[in-house]
Amino acid sequence: MSRPALRIALTLAALIVVLAIVSLMVGPAGLSPRAALAGLFSGEGPAGIIVRDIRLPRTLLAVLIGATLGLSGAALQGLLRNPLAEPALFGAPQAAAAAAAAVIAFGFAPVTSFAIPVAGILGATISIAGLVAIAGRRASLTVTLLAGLALASFAGAMTALILNLAPNPFIALEIAFWLLGSLEDRSSDHLLIAAPFMVASWVVLSTQAAAFRALTLGEDAAASLGADVARTRIMVVIGVALGVGAAVAVAGAVGFVGLVAPHLVRRAVGSDPARVMLPAALAGAALVLAADIAIRLGPSAVEIKLGVVTALIGVPIFLSMIFRERRLLEGAAS
Amino acid sequence: MSALSARNVTVSIGTKQIVRDATLGLDAGELVTLVGPNGAGKTTLMRALAGLVPAQGSIALADKPLGSLSPRERARAISYLPQGHVFHWPMSVESIVMLGRAPHGDAFSSSSPDDRAAVAKAMATTETEMFAERAVTTLSGGEKARVALARALATQAPVLLADEPTAALDPRHQLVVMELLRNAARSGNAILAIMHDLTLAARYAERVLVMHEGRIVAEGPPAEALAPERLAAVFGIEAMTLEVSGKRVPIAGRAL
Repeated sequence: MSRPALRIALTLAALIVVLAIVSLMVGPAGLSPRAALAGLFSGEGPAGIIVRDIRLPRTLLAVLIGATLGLSGAALQGLLRNPLAEPALFGAPQAAAAAAAAVIAFGFAPVTSFAIPVAGILGATISIAGLVAIAGRRASLTVTLLAGLALASFAGAMTALILNLAPNPFIALEIAFWLLGSLEDRSSDHLLIAAPFMVASWVVLSTQAAAFRALTLGEDAAASLGADVARTRIMVVIGVALGVGAAVAVAGAVGFVGLVAPHLVRRAVGSDPARVMLPAALAGAALVLAADIAIRLGPSAVEIKLGVVTALIGVPIFLSMIFRERRLLEGAAS
Repeated sequence: MSALSARNVTVSIGTKQIVRDATLGLDAGELVTLVGPNGAGKTTLMRALAGLVPAQGSIALADKPLGSLSPRERARAISYLPQGHVFHWPMSVESIVMLGRAPHGDAFSSSSPDDRAAVAKAMATTETEMFAERAVTTLSGGEKARVALARALATQAPVLLADEPTAALDPRHQLVVMELLRNAARSGNAILAIMHDLTLAARYAERVLVMHEGRIVAEGPPAEALAPERLAAVFGIEAMTLEVSGKRVPIAGRAL
């Protein structure tokens, strides 16, 4: 790893540690930092339960989910050679949420069963595989974005269908939760069902780093350099679907982290799509952790949902990226 | 023995035969140009030679069938420069040229002294050292073409396949790129270049291949392969002949 990339990675890792400590300190219970620390280490009394069973899983989930989403965005961008690629734009989280909500709504499985992430992963697979298949070899920007629009609309239609068919009003609330995204009241059970899939997604995606770098020359040149582009495409579909599906299964649709995290680190580490991956994962973790802390510190009586916050941060950045690269995009649209 | 040889190569996409029965050989030390009207199948033939599309018939590198090589072995033997000099990310010129070394290292090792020497040599040959640190996307068309060529040369593969290396370049840069290719051939590479400019194709090549409707219809020294009757039949142009630095080259006169 190059020196600036290493420095950025270490800085971000330190930031995550600091944010994680803050995350363990804040919450509606109003524990003093000292009580919270004592609770964390002893595990005794109400403070122990609050910190170990409520705040710790929430903190760890924020880190894992943020890292997964940041890495997924970086990988999808590497494959499609496009800084605007982001799973949420293509309806992947929505599709995963629809699938996960359907499983719960129609009573196929309890909320903390492995069936939920599996359903989420299947939903995300349909969306990502559809996108990669439609975008095709040349991955032209126009086709990619139109395909994404169609898939996002399809995911929306599926969600509406589930709402439509839902046997009782409780399910409508459940689906609203999935679509907003939140880490509130997540337990170590949630951590346990999602973490294996997220770690698997990291492994799958990081094996493709060299291929992403070669793909900057286009698919033919990458293949001529020995990259197996068809395999890379499949691995990205699998990796992103595993990660996004599992993240959504426990936290609902948290979007735009995959867009914002790589964008933020690219300024510091450059555009090499392989070199962006680790810093993007770390930045994603810091971002989700910070957003989840901000939610808990906010004055609102009703907790603002995590997916709402990341979208409110992400969409303006997305728009500014489009605005800045408009000239470039117009050139690439042909 | 040819560095690269193809015998009766046929490439079909769907039910359509794009390349039919192409047979050719490419020797170390020669620059061969491949010309033909749009849609003649030149790019498809070149992609087949590079092992990027499945083809019927036999393609061999020195004495080994292309299909018997692993993708990395093939990548070390054939360097392929696609049309258009595409660079999707604003990576530094040096890291782009370093991509040419990908078939030599593995994903986890950083560059070896050999890699750095090959990159330095390729950049010196193409005179791209002065923008080593610049983002490749900020370069002009002529500069990008040289960087793309540097990337292809850095692999130090015995065979170089270049698809329209002079397209979209101004006259001076067309000459610069052709000189670079000729020098690379003189230093031992076997080079096949697809060209649209018949004048340049004739001027720099030892041999010219002419493709028409998927077939190789002529092969030989430029004066022979690009004779006026053939240019009339294949390209539908009336050509005139000029003498440029001791070589007789065709220029398109008018459409027939």
